[in-house]
Amino acid sequence: MSAADTAVVLEVDGLDVAAGSTSLLSQVRFTVAAGERVGLIGESGSGKSLTALAVMGLLPDGVRARGTVRLHGRPQNLLEQSAAQWAALRGDEMTMVFQEPMTALNPTMRVSAQVAEVIRLHRNGVSRAEALRRAEDVLDQVGLPAAQTARAYPHQLSGGQRQRVVIAIALACDPRLLICDEPSTALDVTVQARVLEEIVSGVRAREAALLFITHDLAVVAQVCERVLVMYGGRIVEAGAVHEVFTDPRHHYTAGLLAASDLTSLGRGAVLPTIEGTVPAAGQFPSGCVFRTRCPRADRACEVPPPWTAREPEVADPAASGFACVHPTGERHG
Amino acid sequence: MTSPTRPTTGPGLDWRARLNAPLLIGGALVLLITGMALLSLVWTPHPPMKVLSTPAYQTPNAEYWLGTDRFRRDVFTQIILGSRTTLYVGVVAVGVAALVGVPLGVLAAMAPRWFAGLVMRGNDILLAFPALLLAIMFAAIYGGSTRVAMVAIGIATIPNFARITRSGALSVLSSDYVLAARAAGRGPLAIATRHVLPNLTGLVIVQASVSFAIAILAEAALAYLGLGTPTGQPSWGRMLFEAQSTLRSAPHLALIPGAAIALAVLGFNLLGDGLRDALDPQLASR
Amino acid sequence: MLWQLTRRLAVLGASIAVSTVVVFGFMQVLPGNPARVALGVNASEQAVARMTAEYGLDRPLVVQYLDWVAGMLRLDPGVEYISRAAIGPQIIDGLGVTVWLVGAAMLLAVTVAVPVGAWMAIRHRHADGVALSALSQVGVAVPAFLAGIVGISVFAVRLGWLPSGGWVVPAQDPVGFLQRLILPAIALALVQGSVLARYVRSAVLEELQQDYLRTARAKGLRPAQAVLRHTLRNAAVPVVTVAGLQLAGLLIGAVVIERVFVLPGLGSLLLDSVQSRELLTIQSVVMVLVVAVLVINFVVDALYVLIDPRLRTGGRR
Repeated sequence: MSAADTAVVLEVDGLDVAAGSTSLLSQVRFTVAAGERVGLIGESGSGKSLTALAVMGLLPDGVRARGTVRLHGRPQNLLEQSAAQWAALRGDEMTMVFQEPMTALNPTMRVSAQVAEVIRLHRNGVSRAEALRRAEDVLDQVGLPAAQTARAYPHQLSGGQRQRVVIAIALACDPRLLICDEPSTALDVTVQARVLEEIVSGVRAREAALLFITHDLAVVAQVCERVLVMYGGRIVEAGAVHEVFTDPRHHYTAGLLAASDLTSLGRGAVLPTIEGTVPAAGQFPSGCVFRTRCPRADRACEVPPPWTAREPEVADPAASGFACVHPTGERHG
Repeated sequence: MTSPTRPTTGPGLDWRARLNAPLLIGGALVLLITGMALLSLVWTPHPPMKVLSTPAYQTPNAEYWLGTDRFRRDVFTQIILGSRTTLYVGVVAVGVAALVGVPLGVLAAMAPRWFAGLVMRGNDILLAFPALLLAIMFAAIYGGSTRVAMVAIGIATIPNFARITRSGALSVLSSDYVLAARAAGRGPLAIATRHVLPNLTGLVIVQASVSFAIAILAEAALAYLGLGTPTGQPSWGRMLFEAQSTLRSAPHLALIPGAAIALAVLGFNLLGDGLRDALDPQLASR
Repeated sequence: MLWQLTRRLAVLGASIAVSTVVVFGFMQVLPGNPARVALGVNASEQAVARMTAEYGLDRPLVVQYLDWVAGMLRLDPGVEYISRAAIGPQIIDGLGVTVWLVGAAMLLAVTVAVPVGAWMAIRHRHADGVALSALSQVGVAVPAFLAGIVGISVFAVRLGWLPSGGWVVPAQDPVGFLQRLILPAIALALVQGSVLARYVRSAVLEELQQDYLRTARAKGLRPAQAVLRHTLRNAAVPVVTVAGLQLAGLLIGAVVIERVFVLPGLGSLLLDSVQSRELLTIQSVVMVLVVAVLVINFVVDALYVLIDPRLRTGGRR
């Protein structure tokens, strides 16, 4: 099954995000197809949240995005559309779930009303009663039966329940693209699984595209089919999850995997780490972003490395490849 | 969307970083008034409150910098002397309120619940007697004077200090280091003096500044009503009262003391706001 | 919720009761014999004794206290010691004027302060927001009576548009009534309105930083829509509280304003009786004002619980 079989829903190309003269994201390029679940991993400061915000048009004041963001069926570059056009898209065709469920909901509005609001916003002619009914349906789908929770206020619900309300809001208008930014990070481990389940079944039922942002490799392995690895505002590696995780090419990816791998530790062994720390925004080295922390870096890395596809002659080289001139697995010499 | 990684409070932080516009402007105004008051102790342009052999109602001129009033006294002298009264009332009123209110607030935070409840109820009842009302009641019995005004305003301000120190003390008491101190066996008095009080200084100073502004307003109103500083003694509020009957012919006699009052209040308000921002950004009302 | 309400009502009742004792004790006990105070230092012993007997001032204090409270509840606390004028009707007449003044000022303050405060918050990073904020600081610093005097100076003396004081019953002369109400109401509203505007600004600013606003935008709400539908509604909660408290402040401020504009309200009644040393009148008027403040605070508390659902069901804010 190649990317050409199913329609591409989101196409991002040459995305640059900058705050004034400080570059935050550089030449980000990827696609997400309908029904596909793509993970975006990286540490804090890698730029993954910014990518999501740029795609949604929710960048904070003073931060600008350039490049192309296209949604299937719409010829116009989203980054060039008006505020009104953005508002029409958000909540309807492209929706987002954020990290902090505890503060994401309006504390003085009932939960069902908050879901109904997004329905009434985007579906003309739906009466208030009808919107509430549909809202309760969606809440039911995400595991919050109307009888108990629809008329509740956010403070009466637990973190996991609140996050499911946010998911309900995101799914209410049957979006074609759902972006999740660390949706389960703030929740207890036991609740995480439930929430992830709701997300996956929600996008499956709607054949929606999913862009799932997280720093947790285990979650990506669970939820996603393809993964993009981000560092320093750039995508450094991409590919199918099982390929990238078993046979990483970029040293950063290898480092991440090694640091998460507890099973191969012997007695008294030290958990491997990546040397150094993530530089602050705007202070990444020229050339390869990772070269100051890479064990294999040399003079050749002072030039930005080109993107190498894993398999040449594939339809979309950006879907699977890496940006490294000395990938792991290469013979020395 | 949260937390910067550098600390925003605490010792060692460059004090220059904490300066802000309200603090500077307010501080300047307060210094100006204090300077005036101190100056009046050693020098005034003309003899204090003396009736001069010069026409009344003069507009500002070379000899009488702000003109003369209906009793043929120099206005500028009166303004400078008035600042003394203003500060005097403010200091005593706020001092009384803090001296009683702060221990009361700490007590209410640390004492057993029934006692604390009692103190807070009493506080609420005292709050139903605003400064002006209390001062009027006092004046009815003891006659109007600066001293009566000071005491009345002070008593009426106690609940503000009590309330703010109580809530500040409660949050300090629930902090980890106090818990550690109690676990180590420290008695309540020691905890109160060594942990709670020092952490309340910021709060108290800010409240003092704000209450000072309120005290100035109250004193001016009382003097205007004739229930505060009597006519013979310098007071901006009283000057306003005297000027009201000659608004047509000499409006400056009302505008000048009025501006003085407004600037003094503005100064202390801004100072309070600026201190609040500087001392703990988390308290800042932005 | 009913239980909370009943409990607060009980507290209100107790507070009022304690206040009556405080006021009574202050006015009747502290100065010594009220008759002596009323008659002055030079009064003869006979005159004092006669007045004492006439007004029952030698009865046990508790009896006098209960008598007075009963009288207050009947709106008839008695007559003034010297002038023998009935106090009840004077209080009611005074209330008629003061209520108009305070009501008008409150209306002005709220209708101007709320939108201005919200605007200051929304535009807090722009020049107009900063300018308005500075202006409100000045508004807070100007005493109401100063504003009143300046108002008189400009609009009555200089321009002659409005009278400089006095009062007309609205039924008799509605235009004249309004003319005499405008300046004092504005003067009174200026300070409290500025305080309220600053409070609205900080409440709205706080809500603008909340995460749910981001969720609202992600839903597809335009910034203006999001602010109106979500932010302002939530900011209303603390604002209502403060607005209510402002009412109490307005009531006290009215006392001074009535003097500036020579309005025959409760404040003037109070001040006049201080001058003529009519302790019973002072006592009764103060009581009315204190009860008003306590009731206002109670209503504001109750409203707060009603508006914020987190307090209704016992959630934490």
